[in-house]
Amino acid sequence: MNSINALKELLYKMADDQLIIGHRNSEWTGLGPILEEDIAFSSMAQDKIGQSEHLYNLLHQLGEADADTVAFTRNAGQFHSSKFVELPIGDYSFSLIRHFLFDFAEYLRFESLRESAYEPLAQVAKKFFGEIKYHTMHANTWVNQLGKGNEESHQKMQESLNYAWDFALGIFEPGPTEKILIDENIFIGEKSLQKRWLDAVTPLLQNSGLTIPSTDNWKPIYGGRTGNHSEHLQPLLEEMTEVYSIDPSADW
Amino acid sequence: MISEAYIRKELKQVKDPEIPTISIVDLGIVTGIDINDKNVHVTLTPTFAGCPALRLMEDMVVNHLNANSKLGKITVETSFETTWTTDLITPEGHIAIKKHGLAPPKRNCSTISMEVLEATKCPYCDSDDTSMKSPFGPTLCRSLHYCNNCKQAFEGFKPV
Repeated sequence: MNSINALKELLYKMADDQLIIGHRNSEWTGLGPILEEDIAFSSMAQDKIGQSEHLYNLLHQLGEADADTVAFTRNAGQFHSSKFVELPIGDYSFSLIRHFLFDFAEYLRFESLRESAYEPLAQVAKKFFGEIKYHTMHANTWVNQLGKGNEESHQKMQESLNYAWDFALGIFEPGPTEKILIDENIFIGEKSLQKRWLDAVTPLLQNSGLTIPSTDNWKPIYGGRTGNHSEHLQPLLEEMTEVYSIDPSADW
Repeated sequence: MISEAYIRKELKQVKDPEIPTISIVDLGIVTGIDINDKNVHVTLTPTFAGCPALRLMEDMVVNHLNANSKLGKITVETSFETTWTTDLITPEGHIAIKKHGLAPPKRNCSTISMEVLEATKCPYCDSDDTSMKSPFGPTLCRSLHYCNNCKQAFEGFKPV
């Protein structure tokens, strides 16, 4: 029973991260700085929201409500997403940096979950891993081009990185029941994941001419996993559920 | 007696709604056909988790088989048990993709890199002198390319 609850906690935080970042990505639809980028963020939104649905389906199999109910009827305090994903899209440099930092974390998360002892999760992780490769490839291309572009692009990317960094560390907020998942080989744990992530993003950021804030100043921004969100999440949820709320019983 | 081969042949008539030249069988998403007397249970695997055509294809399978008077109850499920990759697309499927004006995906791409995508053959003139414009296209399964030889923009089916 304990391991079921721990598993649900893991699935909720992943599904909620996917749904919220997916919604934020979709906010670039029609606004992207160039057509290809508009399409890229819209496509990634579609991938993320599709992935969240499959994760909510896994929760449904474990006795939680169905995907639509879970996605559209909870308040901000019931979401387990990290604070990082709920931040507004901001300047394009911020959206790109978040895309880079978040998607490398996801890439490594699903890479490791392919070996999860919980077989239904391992199956979806294999699928998502193949898709997210395109997200990290896209992110790395742009971070590299703009990090090494001209003075203005470099400065914008560096400022966004400085701002995003502590939020990105917040992705890896350790869960209270994580030890059970580690012991049962369901998940490697946030600490191990963060290490893999640092090993992956550090050389890529350096190669893009960007500097990671010095270790002494790191202050991970936690809270999202336990429902303590910023003022940005509730308005996002109200917008996302606006149509659903008009008639929750409608058949689409 | 209904055979698996018979159902497979029937399902060859169900086409991908986004690439109508390819059947769902040649796309490689039919991963299970279970026959119990006249009742048929079909298992599909998603191409992309967020593919909006998934439910449509489930309905198309049910509708197509329901129209066949030799068959009884038809059920369809989507399962991740078999992970779909573009290597499951049949050789006939590659021809069908090209017929739709898309570059077929490269085979055995265990590691997707920019280099792999850059080297996509033009579906119009078969030139290798092409460049990738974006790994994201009009649907989740397509990327955008340009052929430097025939000066034609084209789309590729992304290897996954």
